[in-house]
Amino acid sequence: MPNLFSFWIAHRAELALLLGQHILLVAASTLAAVAMAVPLGIFAARRPRLAAPLTAIANIVQTVPSLAMFGFLLPVPFIGGVGARAALVVLILYGLLPIVRTTIAGLQGIDATIREAGVALGMTPRQLLRLVELPLALPSIVAGVRVAAVVGVGSATIAAAIGAGGLGEYIYRGLSMVDTTVILAGAVPAAVLALVVDGSLLWMERQLSARRRSSSRRAVATAAVVVTGLALLASGVAARKAGGAIIVGSKNFTEQLVLGELIAQSIEREGLPVQRRLNLGGTLICDRALLTGDIDVYVEYTGTALTAVFHQPVAMDSSAVFNSVRDLYARTGRTLLPPLGFNNTFAILVRGSDARSLRLTTIDDAARESAHWRAGFGYEFVERPDGYTGLAKAYGMRFPEAPHVMDLTLSYRALAAGQVDMIAGDATAGLITGLDLVQLDDNRHYFPPYDAAAVARAETLLRYPAARRALERLSGRVSPDAMRAMNYAVDVEHRDIAAIAREFLDQ
Amino acid sequence: MSTSTFSIEFRDVSLTRPNGARALDHFSLGVESGEVLALVGRSGAGKTTVIKLVNRLLAADKGAVLVEGRDTREWDPIALRRRVGYVLQDIGLFPHMTVADNVAVVPGLERWAADRTAVRVQELLELVGLPPRQFAARWPDELSGGQRQRVGVARALAANPPVLLMDEPFGALDPMTRAELRAEFRRIQQKLRKTVIIVTHDMGEAFALGDRVGVIDAGRLVACDTPVAMAASVDPRVRQLLDAVVARA
Repeated sequence: MPNLFSFWIAHRAELALLLGQHILLVAASTLAAVAMAVPLGIFAARRPRLAAPLTAIANIVQTVPSLAMFGFLLPVPFIGGVGARAALVVLILYGLLPIVRTTIAGLQGIDATIREAGVALGMTPRQLLRLVELPLALPSIVAGVRVAAVVGVGSATIAAAIGAGGLGEYIYRGLSMVDTTVILAGAVPAAVLALVVDGSLLWMERQLSARRRSSSRRAVATAAVVVTGLALLASGVAARKAGGAIIVGSKNFTEQLVLGELIAQSIEREGLPVQRRLNLGGTLICDRALLTGDIDVYVEYTGTALTAVFHQPVAMDSSAVFNSVRDLYARTGRTLLPPLGFNNTFAILVRGSDARSLRLTTIDDAARESAHWRAGFGYEFVERPDGYTGLAKAYGMRFPEAPHVMDLTLSYRALAAGQVDMIAGDATAGLITGLDLVQLDDNRHYFPPYDAAAVARAETLLRYPAARRALERLSGRVSPDAMRAMNYAVDVEHRDIAAIAREFLDQ
Repeated sequence: MSTSTFSIEFRDVSLTRPNGARALDHFSLGVESGEVLALVGRSGAGKTTVIKLVNRLLAADKGAVLVEGRDTREWDPIALRRRVGYVLQDIGLFPHMTVADNVAVVPGLERWAADRTAVRVQELLELVGLPPRQFAARWPDELSGGQRQRVGVARALAANPPVLLMDEPFGALDPMTRAELRAEFRRIQQKLRKTVIIVTHDMGEAFALGDRVGVIDAGRLVACDTPVAMAASVDPRVRQLLDAVVARA
């Protein structure tokens, strides 16, 4: 806990920014969802035949996991892509269901006699809605808004995966650094925010059901003012982040965060403003974002680009792979800069204790043991053409059960804790030394080269020659040892990424 | 357009319910201006249907219903309903409005000035025996059944409609309160002289309130006369309803 408080104090400006973004995301998406869902609910409540399918559709939308939803929206023009806009779309979609449902329920729950009284007194349908139906359905509608807002606070943490900011940034960063303090630094405020939102809307709901019109109006007015105030405050805070000529992206693991920061600072030293959109969900998200201009540059690995991005067959020669990837990027308007200087190949890792007792040095040695081992792999490794299936075939591995699929970063911990016996990590991971893991030799040369290199939008480099200079200056400068040391500093020593990058550039 | 000397007139009206049952069958009846017509019948006889035809909550399949000489189908239904006060059996007070606000609904719809509405609300609450000082700011759930029914009457009378429809207005009340409200109704009617159709299943109530009593059975008007003449009727369907009163007394 003292760690957590000192983290918050050290990062208070960033914490305020992320909290502001989070509140803004939730407030804006909830308000938009209300604006859409209430009329939709009113419309559907009068047409029972429509209400059922509408609720069904909204239900289905609700069951799509939010990360998958972000994935679906990536290639969609205008509303999709990467950033706050796409996150808002997803959050609004999630907010619709509870509000539509409670609006319908609230309206259908009104006593038929009361509605008939309104009609018999000579109210037009519109007057009936305004004077009788909506006021009576209001507590129910507010209950739906409450659910939507609380769910929104949760879903918004996932929005960090597509670079929308918010408290999820800490959670993802913490996950990739395997640092509980950083995870909690985002999770605790998010939970508190959810409780505050829930509590205040519940209070509002109670006020409204108390049928005291004057006081309930005051309650609604107060709440509206508070929400608007917070939203404005948050947007003010968030606006400070906006602006910046060049947007630097990164994937969501430690090395990528370090490299992203390194590139960003390097460009900033050329006097160009930079916007950071680090910690994006994975290769696919980064590639899409680069293609659509949501980011201008990130670091990719040649082997990954060849197989995962361009779906080419695996090749072994380092410079041949680099050349063909550079050509493929060039054809889609992107420039691959010369490699940074290290090859982050997949590292087949085992516990140091096992390596010593079983005398394991090569993957062949491990394959012998595979019959009584459990393996754990990251999502990407299981799917990629240069991943698990080929590895098992090349080395004749036979695990008694299918490998456990888990978050890449967590797999290091799982290996160290003995939950699995073999993982596929990154060769440059700082945790390898930190957790006493041993990398086995790829003696059959299964893995292609994964030379790290910055890839940027050609357009951006043309417009900002200084950015190209900054990127080229990094080429060949990041040795495997330097990279591993920086990863170690983050993952094991829990040092600040920006400071690490600054020290490296100062050398 | 047809002419009518009645305030409300039913001309050979037939109506089939959505489930196919016949609600009204060649029903004809005229109600004079300022007259109280009490319509008696057992449950399901078609009493409520008759009332809802007047303010066009229902429309006739055959025949015509005329209000102030005009076919209800020619009336703008909204305008019609604001000229026809309606007191429901379950009262249907708006639970989210105070007593005063409930009474002020129709003046509000008619866009009266606020001070005119305020004066009118005071006047009506006095009229129905609910001192405004004490009751205006109360909520419907703070009232007794009898008080609620009084508010229902005040609300129906708010914009001074010439016609008043009352559907089992005292049905859900205890006998003491019922007797009190009947007396109250007679007092108010003495003053206002509205055209009233009051629906009840209780012949005793019909005799107590109606200038004329109509008996409805299976969607047909089987008798319609003054209470005195009705008491002497030999029609078995009338006798059955009369005997129920005698048996209870």
